[in-house]
Amino acid sequence: MRFDLTDEQKSLRNMLGEFFGERFGGAQGVEAIAQPALDAGLWSAVTELGLAGAMVPEEDGGLGLDLLTATVIAEVLGHFAVPAPVLPSILAAWVIAAAGNAEQKGKWLPRLLGEGAQAAFALAEDGGWSPADWTLAGAQLTGTKLYVERADSADLFIVGGKDGLLAIVEAGDATPTPVDTLDRTRPLFTLSFDAAAADVLATDPALASRLFDALCITTAADALGAACAIQARAVDYAKERRQYGQLIGSFQALKHQLADMSVELEPARPLVWYAAHAWDMGQDDAPRTAALAKAHLTDIAVQVARGAIEAHGGIGYTWEHPAHLFLKRAMADRSALGSVNVHRERAAVLAGW
Amino acid sequence: MYLVYTDEQTAFQQRVRSFLAEQWTSAENKKDPAFIARFRQQATDAGYLYRGVPRRYGGSEQAPDVIRAQIIREEFAAARAPMEVPGNGVALVVPTLIEWGTDEQKDMFIRKTLTGEYRWAQGYSEPGSGSDLASLTSRAVLDGDEWVINGHKIWTTLAQYATHMFALLRTEPDAPKHKGISYILLDMKAPGVTVRPIQQINGDTEFCEVFLDDVRTPASWLVGPRGEGWNVSRSTLKHERNHIGSSTRTVPMFRSLVKLAQRRQINGRPAIEDPRIRSALVQIDGYLQSQLWAGYYQQTLAANSESPGVLGLVNKLTTTNFFHRVAQLSTEIIGNDTLLAPKQGRERGGDERWVNQMLGSLGQAISGGTSNIQRNIIAERGLGLPRSGSEN
Repeated sequence: MRFDLTDEQKSLRNMLGEFFGERFGGAQGVEAIAQPALDAGLWSAVTELGLAGAMVPEEDGGLGLDLLTATVIAEVLGHFAVPAPVLPSILAAWVIAAAGNAEQKGKWLPRLLGEGAQAAFALAEDGGWSPADWTLAGAQLTGTKLYVERADSADLFIVGGKDGLLAIVEAGDATPTPVDTLDRTRPLFTLSFDAAAADVLATDPALASRLFDALCITTAADALGAACAIQARAVDYAKERRQYGQLIGSFQALKHQLADMSVELEPARPLVWYAAHAWDMGQDDAPRTAALAKAHLTDIAVQVARGAIEAHGGIGYTWEHPAHLFLKRAMADRSALGSVNVHRERAAVLAGW
Repeated sequence: MYLVYTDEQTAFQQRVRSFLAEQWTSAENKKDPAFIARFRQQATDAGYLYRGVPRRYGGSEQAPDVIRAQIIREEFAAARAPMEVPGNGVALVVPTLIEWGTDEQKDMFIRKTLTGEYRWAQGYSEPGSGSDLASLTSRAVLDGDEWVINGHKIWTTLAQYATHMFALLRTEPDAPKHKGISYILLDMKAPGVTVRPIQQINGDTEFCEVFLDDVRTPASWLVGPRGEGWNVSRSTLKHERNHIGSSTRTVPMFRSLVKLAQRRQINGRPAIEDPRIRSALVQIDGYLQSQLWAGYYQQTLAANSESPGVLGLVNKLTTTNFFHRVAQLSTEIIGNDTLLAPKQGRERGGDERWVNQMLGSLGQAISGGTSNIQRNIIAERGLGLPRSGSEN
């Protein structure tokens, strides 16, 4: 019995913390982090890390790691509001390795893992985000997908359809239209298909649910990272900023507000780890725990981020200060894949309530 | 991460199970105090109880092992078998005596505390010294080979049933406030000890005021050095601390809340179908599962002698917030029954007993360091923010 990360997971977390910390962790301003187009230099450095193959089996050229590891990565990405689609690439490579035939794997895995190909998930429709809401069908897809991350630079889309359909559509076969996006670190696009050629990976509701749960869990971890980062910035600010002749961090009202953030955030990390572990082990409680973690972590993350901006005072309310990037990142994590109430209702149904 | 036991741990679990099946589950006289005492002795001989206490004082003297301790707790709970004698004596006095006591004190007090013959009142808080405990003024003056004690203690849990008190008393009136306190034992039957139970907002009387007027206790009942009582009182069980202890209360409480929501009606439908109740239940479940897994995580860290950092400081508030959330939702579910006074003592009454949860959750917020003191501790020790006041 051991409920903790492995030493490898801990050193990966530290290594990524340094890697992204150098680029986005210090005094870098909003412009460095919030980039409308994917930074080619950043993406090639990320590709060299080999993260995309995290969950791909070793025999397919990947690292053979689990979703818990991807969850650790996701928290670091949220912590630095990393403006690159790392998680979509990890999970796209996983689903291709898990469900693809030899030809599909041979075509896409080397490109994703070694050549910097970029993947995006095209899931949401007017009716919602979950597999039950996906309506596209057939070998020629026609219709619209919403809120697709960095579709402008994606090389392939993993498209969700009816009855658990998961298909690959190549970039040239879909038309992205930019959306003026709240979270500037992850610009969104509307994606239109007009008889687009769909290379079907699987028609398997169980696999579609598993993919959706994995996205929920990593999104929850991303929100946790963003919230912890902005709390840490608020704590640092409270140790520098003076008013009434003393550090504002010596005032109990502010201390208590910052302490309450720790009360929310600290116990939440083991919950998202457990959700990932339950997914990795294929446990019966995995879908419910994924829903619970998505609702709980993204909800408290937004609450903490709001409080942390308030703790910064006026400077936190400016566009120039990066604080708002973390609030918006957490808000995006809260809304993407279905709002808090959607996932709470899902958790209630899955409990048999 | 692996959440299963090793072969060695599974074998240990089997041994505990067989022991319980033989010695407890099949027994017919489970309510007989003499039988319970014999059972505790057998369980101690087997190495399951009083694991941190040396054998010569009646313990089982086992090497610290967080996972074995957890297995024992789980198996005893599943068999509804009694564990160690509850109360301050086993939890606080015994570890303090093991660390600081003289051989004479250990011989005199530990064994009888483990059997429950000695029951201890904690003489810490005073009317003028609550959160700022180190400002206490009850004093002890050495007179020959006896301390003469005068003062007034309050919030003393179950003092009306205690045989002894462990008290923090000012012995060095000229020293700085943390340095002038000593940790002294006294007999509750000694002349000059007056106990007055205090009725709480829920009608119960779990704690008391204790008046100490020229109470005499042997000079040799000073524990640790004179003036070092503040540090002496900080001794806690260092081994096998139960990190998932709160979940053993919160998990069944949440289960009862769900049953309540399934049984009670709102607008002619089960309350659990009401969207607000449903959503609030899942929200509380999010906190519950977080607390549960945070407990397992801290237990793993403890087993590897690693520090939990800030997480280790938030546990009390996590439990307090949970109790309060449950209380609020339960009053929403029981509706007008919230207007009724809950029954006291063993009479359970109807669903108005959930009102006790609203009242009792306040006790959790106040006792053992109020929520605001907890926030100070998190902010100062956890987040490194500047100190305000000098509460510790």
